[in-house]
Amino acid sequence: MAKAHEILDAVTIRFAGDSGDGMQLTGNQFTQTSALAGNDLATFPDFPAEIRAPAGSLAGVSGFQLNFSSHEVFTHGDTPDVLVAMNPAALKVNLEDLRPGGILIANIQAFGDKNLERAGYLENPLEDGSLSAYRVYPVDITTMTLNAIAGVGLNQRSAVRSKNFFALGLVYWLFNRDMQHTVAWIESHFRQRDPLVADANLQALNAGYNYGETAELFTHSYMVKKAPIAPGRYRNITGNDAMALGLVAAAELSGLELFLGSYPITPASDILHFLSKQKHLGVKTFQAEDEIAAVASAIGAAFAGGLAVTTTSGPGIALKGEAMGLAMMLELPLIVINVQRGGPSTGLPTKTEQSDLLQVLFGRNGECPLPVVAASGPGDCFDTAIEAARIAVRHMVPVVVLSDGYLANGAEPWRVPDMSTYAPIPVEFETNAEDFQPYRRDENLARPWAIPGTPGLEHRVGGLEKQDVTGNVSYDPANHEHMCRLRAAKVAKVADHIPPTAIFGPDEGDVLVLGWGGTFGAIRAAVDHAHAQGKAVSHVHLRHLNPFPNDLEAIMKRFRRVLVPELNLGQLAFVLRGRYLADLVSYTKLQGKPFREAELAQQIDALLEGER
Amino acid sequence: MSKYPNLPATDAAALTRKDFATDQDVRWCPGCGDYSILAQVQRTLPTLGIPREDYVFISGIGCSSRFPYYMDTYGMHSIHGRAPAVASGVKALRPELNVWVITGDGDALSIGGNHLIHALRRNIGLKIILFNNRIYGLTKGQYSPTSEVGKRTKSTPMGSLDYPFNPISLMLGAEATFVARALDIDAKHLQEMVTRMAAHEGTAILEIYQNCNIFNDGAFAYLTDRQTRPQHELKLEHGKPLRFGPKNEKGIVLDRQMRPQVVEVEAVGEDALLVHDETNPTLSYLLSQLVHPDFPTPVGVFRSIERPSYDAMFTAQIEDAKKRKPGKTVQDLIEDAHVWTVE
Repeated sequence: MAKAHEILDAVTIRFAGDSGDGMQLTGNQFTQTSALAGNDLATFPDFPAEIRAPAGSLAGVSGFQLNFSSHEVFTHGDTPDVLVAMNPAALKVNLEDLRPGGILIANIQAFGDKNLERAGYLENPLEDGSLSAYRVYPVDITTMTLNAIAGVGLNQRSAVRSKNFFALGLVYWLFNRDMQHTVAWIESHFRQRDPLVADANLQALNAGYNYGETAELFTHSYMVKKAPIAPGRYRNITGNDAMALGLVAAAELSGLELFLGSYPITPASDILHFLSKQKHLGVKTFQAEDEIAAVASAIGAAFAGGLAVTTTSGPGIALKGEAMGLAMMLELPLIVINVQRGGPSTGLPTKTEQSDLLQVLFGRNGECPLPVVAASGPGDCFDTAIEAARIAVRHMVPVVVLSDGYLANGAEPWRVPDMSTYAPIPVEFETNAEDFQPYRRDENLARPWAIPGTPGLEHRVGGLEKQDVTGNVSYDPANHEHMCRLRAAKVAKVADHIPPTAIFGPDEGDVLVLGWGGTFGAIRAAVDHAHAQGKAVSHVHLRHLNPFPNDLEAIMKRFRRVLVPELNLGQLAFVLRGRYLADLVSYTKLQGKPFREAELAQQIDALLEGER
Repeated sequence: MSKYPNLPATDAAALTRKDFATDQDVRWCPGCGDYSILAQVQRTLPTLGIPREDYVFISGIGCSSRFPYYMDTYGMHSIHGRAPAVASGVKALRPELNVWVITGDGDALSIGGNHLIHALRRNIGLKIILFNNRIYGLTKGQYSPTSEVGKRTKSTPMGSLDYPFNPISLMLGAEATFVARALDIDAKHLQEMVTRMAAHEGTAILEIYQNCNIFNDGAFAYLTDRQTRPQHELKLEHGKPLRFGPKNEKGIVLDRQMRPQVVEVEAVGEDALLVHDETNPTLSYLLSQLVHPDFPTPVGVFRSIERPSYDAMFTAQIEDAKKRKPGKTVQDLIEDAHVWTVE
């Protein structure tokens, strides 16, 4: 007889193991299945920079956290309710986040002396009583996996690899999940490549599920019901994939050929990977010899008439600075995507941070303002990429897009956009040779895009200061100031096209929480929470970081206090203060991790109570 | 779906040298070798049968890199060292364009060394002209990566310590498929080299010995003075024995350790001489190592081999992918995942 189940509102689960244990795969499968079950959800993959750190080491722990819910979800969850720890190191690194009373499933086979020592445990925590605050389920995942698939005929080394599917099967049982999606995935993923592995994974999955059903260990299972999600067609999407799709969409909307010049760098490389597979749509990707060549090749492609893009992360942006200045001087459309990671220098390659804002705003020689936009969620990367393309070709200017490691790798259910509802991106190449002037401007202060191959429009551009209108080299002092102001005015003009800022919550009140980028979910959840308590708190999340929306200053003034949470040391706050002489409160964190909802809620409350 | 203006091409046959000159004053120092190079390029392009609008000249930074301003084609004066990378983007997106890179010994071999070697190995169909004057001119006279050891300059008052690049050896080492050398003063030969570069399928690079009469005057005087030139210039011609000298009386042979030696042709007979073969990599490298004053200086084509170009293969991959998955849209791609419906 099946065991009873308990209905839960929302659950946060974290899978943790060695970086070779397949925790990302396990997490992704659980994510897909939960989405199909109708939950709203958000994920947070958290993995080390090393591909395979020494087995069992603290440095090698890879985690995947998922928050799935029967109501709307904004974040991957503050504190896991369930932790699956495949070894002592995974337990050590993740235990502090597990909520008291939470479920801990530990693979006891991995808790031998050697692994305990590697994780820095003097005693086995499963036996010394130190875990009494949690509901501990010691399960010999490895041995049971090996027993379950003994008949398949894999050698021990290969067979052990199926243990993540046993764990997945067990968790599927625990949350009453249908395994059909994962079964189909194993079939399509492994059957042709290696039928033995397909069989082993299927049997391990089933064994895990059946173990939950039959073992005395678990008295009952749990159920998280469907969330009231807006009707429509959905798929899961990561920020990097959405960004890449947005670029392909922008190419289609503009009729331009998409060109990506890129150099591999974590966590941006997946955009390069994704676009490299879209040659059938005419997408041209060029893996350059370095970061500078990547942006330089994109500038060449822009000159030649392509929708030119370069993708990178913080250290790469530092290298691209000079070329971005050139693109500004040439007044060519270019999209520069920076998937931010922890810095400075090599910093924390696989961790998230928002610390490149000032670099992209100001990190070039001379007076060189550029439009900057930021995505606020994985799915939002799609629309942000399209917006960047629109700005770039409308104003003939390089545009910086900020994403971050959290958005790039995090996934969420994404309502499938209908391309027919998107306005085209109008592009007119110059063809009229009569009185052609390369630096004559239109109402958006954009110069004409005259591309090689067009008879009669042969002209030269370059990094030396331009004479207004003709584009000839000019050292005239008055012209230089005029041109610097003109380029700045052009960028400022982008604001005329920004729609009115959306305010979540009352139009005026006690606290405005003003954020940007990947902190959207945590801020929205905290503000939502405040609303439930009847507090006059609102949330504005900026997509446009340069120029700011024209209505931003007025909105800020309608609130008693403005709180600016950022994963840096206060970069947006610094800019807002300089721009508006605004009296605001900066709240910052710099740990390579996203905000928790609770810490933001605490900041809001502190402001409301006048403690800050 | 392509948005490119589809206008009728201009008549390439009607082009003259004047069509390639801009209205900008040429601002190199009087007597600079760059004038001759500009003139020869402007003379040669109209003979190639290519419409003017299809030429793109990309340069980096340095005296030579002002070149695009004086060519009435599409052009870009980019940033220091990056011209091959910018040009690679132009060529990758639009393989039908005729893309030239103008660079110097500092721009190409120092700050832009990385881009140069990769543009060469990638064989992406760029035509690169490297003005080598063995000095930094625009920054007013510091030593360059081709300056000789011991050179006294503003930044090396006691003589430079670094060993120079041998540019031709470097280009060959980078797997360039067309490598040549010419002299700024030899108008006819220079035109011939430019013509051959244009005809080459992949990336072609031409090193030009160019005199900087302000900061390094006479660097190649042994090779350009009427009196001494015949003794030092070895003109490379495919399939011909390696002969030089005022009366063509000298030749190059290999000894038993494969070391080149200068000999009197009369003493060994012409059949004993090395015969130039542009497709033989060992010979090309060996010739690049013939260095003044022990040997004559080879000019002409060191290497010319056929190898499919990156841009051609790049286009072929796209066409192939389109054939395999015809008629796809972005909407298809967005939905190329597990899609579920929420009622």
